[in-house]
Amino acid sequence: MDILQLVIVIAVLILLVKPLGTYVYQVFANEPSRLDRLYGGTERLIFRMIGLKQRAGMSWKVYALSFVATNIILVVLSYIILSLQFALPLNPNAIGGMEPTLTFNTVISFMTNTNLQHYSGESSLSYLSQMAVIMMMMFTSAATGFSVAIAFIRGVTGKGKSVGNFFEDFVKANTRIFLPVSFVIMLVLVALQVPQTLDPTLTVKTLEGAVQQIAIGPVASLEAIKHLGTNGGGFFGANSAHPFENPSPLTNVIEILSMWALPAALPYTFGLFAKNKKQGWVIFSAMMCLFLVFLTVAFASEKVGNPAMNALGIDAAQGSMEGKEVRFGIAQSALFTTVTAAATTGSVNNMHDTLTPLGGMVPLAEMMLNVVFGGKGVGIINMLMYAILAVFICGLMVGRTPEFLQRKIEPREMKLIAIAILTHPIIILIPTAIAFMTDAGQGAISNAGYHGISQVLYEFTSSAANNGSGFEGLSDNTPFWNISTGLVMLLGRYVSMIVMLAVAGSLMEKQPVPETLGTFRTDNKLFTVLLIGTVLLIGALTFLPTVVLGPVAEYLTLR
Amino acid sequence: MVNKEKKKGLSAAAVRSAAIESFIKLNPAAMIKNPVMFVVELSTIIVLLMVVFPHYFSSQDAIGFNITVFIILMFTLLFANFAEAIAEGRGKAQANSLKRSKQEMFANKLIGGKVVVIPSTELRKGDIFIVSQGEMIPGDGEIIEGLASVDESAITGESAAVIKEAGGDFSSVTGGTRVVSDWIKVRLTSDPGQSFIDRMIALVEGAKRQKSPNEIALDTLLTSLTVIFLIVVVTLAPIANYVGVHLEIPVLIALLVCLIPTTIGGLLSAIGIAGMDRVTQFNVLAMSGKAVEAAGDINTMILDKTGTITYGNRMASDIIPVGGNELVTLAAWAAISSAQDETPEGRSVLEWMKKQSMSYDASLAQGGEFIPFKAETRMSGMDLSDGRKVRKGSVDTVRKWVLAGGGLVPPDLEKVSNHVAALGGTPLAVAVDNELLGVIYLKDTVKPGMKERFQQLREMGIKTIMCTGDNPLTAATIAKEAGVDDFIAESTPEDKITVIRREQAEGKMVAMTGDGTNDAPALAQADVGLAMNSGTIAAKEAANMIDLDSDPSKIIEVVAIGKQLLMTRGALTTFSIANDIAKYFAIIPAMFMLAIPEMGVLNIMKLGSPLSAILSALIFNAIIIPLLIPLAIKGVTYKPMSGSRLLSRNLLIYGLGGVIVPFAGIKLLDYVVRLWV
Repeated sequence: MDILQLVIVIAVLILLVKPLGTYVYQVFANEPSRLDRLYGGTERLIFRMIGLKQRAGMSWKVYALSFVATNIILVVLSYIILSLQFALPLNPNAIGGMEPTLTFNTVISFMTNTNLQHYSGESSLSYLSQMAVIMMMMFTSAATGFSVAIAFIRGVTGKGKSVGNFFEDFVKANTRIFLPVSFVIMLVLVALQVPQTLDPTLTVKTLEGAVQQIAIGPVASLEAIKHLGTNGGGFFGANSAHPFENPSPLTNVIEILSMWALPAALPYTFGLFAKNKKQGWVIFSAMMCLFLVFLTVAFASEKVGNPAMNALGIDAAQGSMEGKEVRFGIAQSALFTTVTAAATTGSVNNMHDTLTPLGGMVPLAEMMLNVVFGGKGVGIINMLMYAILAVFICGLMVGRTPEFLQRKIEPREMKLIAIAILTHPIIILIPTAIAFMTDAGQGAISNAGYHGISQVLYEFTSSAANNGSGFEGLSDNTPFWNISTGLVMLLGRYVSMIVMLAVAGSLMEKQPVPETLGTFRTDNKLFTVLLIGTVLLIGALTFLPTVVLGPVAEYLTLR
Repeated sequence: MVNKEKKKGLSAAAVRSAAIESFIKLNPAAMIKNPVMFVVELSTIIVLLMVVFPHYFSSQDAIGFNITVFIILMFTLLFANFAEAIAEGRGKAQANSLKRSKQEMFANKLIGGKVVVIPSTELRKGDIFIVSQGEMIPGDGEIIEGLASVDESAITGESAAVIKEAGGDFSSVTGGTRVVSDWIKVRLTSDPGQSFIDRMIALVEGAKRQKSPNEIALDTLLTSLTVIFLIVVVTLAPIANYVGVHLEIPVLIALLVCLIPTTIGGLLSAIGIAGMDRVTQFNVLAMSGKAVEAAGDINTMILDKTGTITYGNRMASDIIPVGGNELVTLAAWAAISSAQDETPEGRSVLEWMKKQSMSYDASLAQGGEFIPFKAETRMSGMDLSDGRKVRKGSVDTVRKWVLAGGGLVPPDLEKVSNHVAALGGTPLAVAVDNELLGVIYLKDTVKPGMKERFQQLREMGIKTIMCTGDNPLTAATIAKEAGVDDFIAESTPEDKITVIRREQAEGKMVAMTGDGTNDAPALAQADVGLAMNSGTIAAKEAANMIDLDSDPSKIIEVVAIGKQLLMTRGALTTFSIANDIAKYFAIIPAMFMLAIPEMGVLNIMKLGSPLSAILSALIFNAIIIPLLIPLAIKGVTYKPMSGSRLLSRNLLIYGLGGVIVPFAGIKLLDYVVRLWV
């Protein structure tokens, strides 16, 4: 029954890839289509309002500048709202202003699509903040990531100078994808009993006669974009484990699919842009293979449960249910965890801190790789970066200068990619080491020993991968954690995006090399294997020693 | 190049000088150019300090281990340096023998009609000098007057002298070669120090070696991997400290050195130098490593028909009688006319007879006077002692000769000669006195094995285009016979440029060969231009490779060498990176096992002890470098095949091999090492 659930969800996802990927392609191909009639009017209005008459193509530099500038403006705006929320309307619960380092962390967290929450939504945010900052950023950060991914894809598959117009992509991502789809998801969730209201917190008398505060609010709308935009920041502190955010196994599946489908469809979109669907499927297969391995480990590990508990004679038949919701069980929890870390959403329907050591290693490892589907756009960009690396290392073995999608990989691209592959380990391992060397860092750890390593490592990995889920258990609302993770999120998001846009820009200007029999093919099964191998050799080996000290050591000593 | 035979193995002297060179190369200022090995050098120094000042590092207890680590690291460095030195050494030996031919020379400079003897170093570009029999040509130049035979063996290794004369494609002379007969007046075309022989010395010595783009890109990757692992190792200590695992510096260094790509880092420059050297061994001089790599990327090859694809001399392939004459008669006269003819056409007639097992009365030719071919007469033949005259030559002239002698021309002559021309051949008419007997069908012959090679090129994805001055019909016949993909008939040098530009506009890389001055623009335009050493200076300047043997078909091998160079680099990089898996499984459990005994499970190789595991991995990491030197120098075996098949094959050998070999190697080393620790 458990396994059947997993198989059904994965099957539904695979069925969604083609139609969704085609739809995304149509949105961004900038070719006239039937969609124009549906959305054209609204978009023209928006374009006129923002003064975007000529939507001329941008070079990668202008594109990068545009998305960074847009994000900076949104960050400033949000910072002001959060700081002044006590004086602003829509604050029925009279919540005060936010502490500066927490505001810094929160704003960056949402702008970078991370949604690391060092606060609890129901007690720290007014409804206006939830909607105008949190939800607004959930749309804009997702649209930013999506736009950059599309620009990158245009770059590696196209020719010339223009990677597209950021503002046009940004608007279209919202009007044609995120707004309509999240609206539908919201309605479905409301139908499935998720609250959507602006009423203040309910105060009820329980049967015992005690007074209970029940937090409610515009949950369904946030829930929809939270997953669709792979954001992950919950309305409530308990996130998708909370019965109002995720009341039933059915909503659980809907939430899984809504965060998973778009990242999974992007490889197909890429294939369409590359005019070689096989190329897209190769990328998809590599992601799926890695995903299945991770899911298997998570599921098996949780199913076996905690040996220490089992040794006490507690019935192990159910697996490790500590920190999990009974309505989801092992399968739906393991799947949710594996998907949320893969898609770098960061929403949780169970406490990752209470996962078994190897079960907890799964989301950690997925975020370290950051290529297993990945968040809005980032996953495909990273996977394509590894594809270029695979081509570079192995492509030489056919006796030609390595080429990817008919473009030669030369020193300029390698230098840029070097920056990208260096960034991830630097911003995870160095802050982790600093945390262990300082009292401010060590002091936050709630479980000493190997699990403590996992807690700290998870926090920075989650920030770096812009995932945002917490291992929790870490007392992380302190200036040290707010500032350090804030910086890690910033670097994790923007360095690789800008650098990879530069790679795309550079590849785009090259004269394509015609394919011959001597060409290294990147659209066959062998390349899928090579791609997985490169991800594991370059991406995974980097983190192995630290992971061995954290989850692996915990697992081995617990056996 | 001076001695043409392949170097067999390495001489003891070469090994000795390379060994000395390995120590000299330890100089950090030189080492920093190779970031991977520089990190190893820094690590070695740190361990050395720990050995020398144990109190300062409180490492007294581990002094034995530290000394061992130091020695292994030292050898890792020396092995890498040795690889580079060995590769450079081969070039140096050649450079030395070239230098010998560049001894002090004197030039007979012509100043205002008077000859002044000055040292060759005082000659400047544009100066005019005279070289007479027995003298050395003092610098590169162009003959402006005279004709001489020149011994170029100093450069080409070819002992037969070549004729050089003013005007035409054989007017360039090279400094350091010797005039064997006659004299020439030469205008100097290069200043001292920039002559061909100087450039050659610089090239084979590797003094001017610049990193090729691909090498730079690979270097970037290797450097970033090194930085990544540096971060991994540096951050590991404080993290491990938190759970009570105290990692000693030498252990961390061992992990670092094992993880960074030392194998490829140590061999990378040797691979590049050896690749260039393989081209040189092949008597082709590449102006840069970039040119050799570009050869590997070639998509289109433009080949001259004559000399490259065909022998260029036309061979008798049939003899066709006209006017009702007997074949036997015609053949006999054709043979008699060629009896003393030393031209390839003449000899081919006699060979044809032999092949057909036909015979003729050779006594008829005895005592006759041979009339050689002249451009004016366009005929050759023999005036027999009995007074009869036999001629063979172009159909037109022979017909006129016969008519002039009062003879008749058979009506089917035109039909037969047209037929031969239509087949792509050249008809030679044969006549005795005033009787026209028939036609020799001369055919350009494709060199044996060319068809198979073009097929191989096709499998490698390389398109071949044949250029010829022949008419389209002849060109098509040869093209079909040789199996080239495309041809340009009646081609002019401009056509070549047009084709090169067209192919390049499609993103293709083009290679071509040439020797004439009018080939120079095309040679410069091509991505790989191979000039013949016998060619003009202009052609040699424009090309990025020069074939000292002047064999244009060598371009095909040059492509193979270019591919082999890139493949070797890729194979060893893959091997090096794949090695990390086994090294991790050796070192990680060893590092943590003392503090966390449960880590023993990860010791899947069942290595003797933590110390033995670390040392075995480190030793493996060091000795794999010298073990791979032969491969780096010789290059991985390359057989022409499609990209996909090449990839699967190399991936199996170097990828999978790279995963498995270190597991086996470390395990074996551990059996030995555990006896000591």
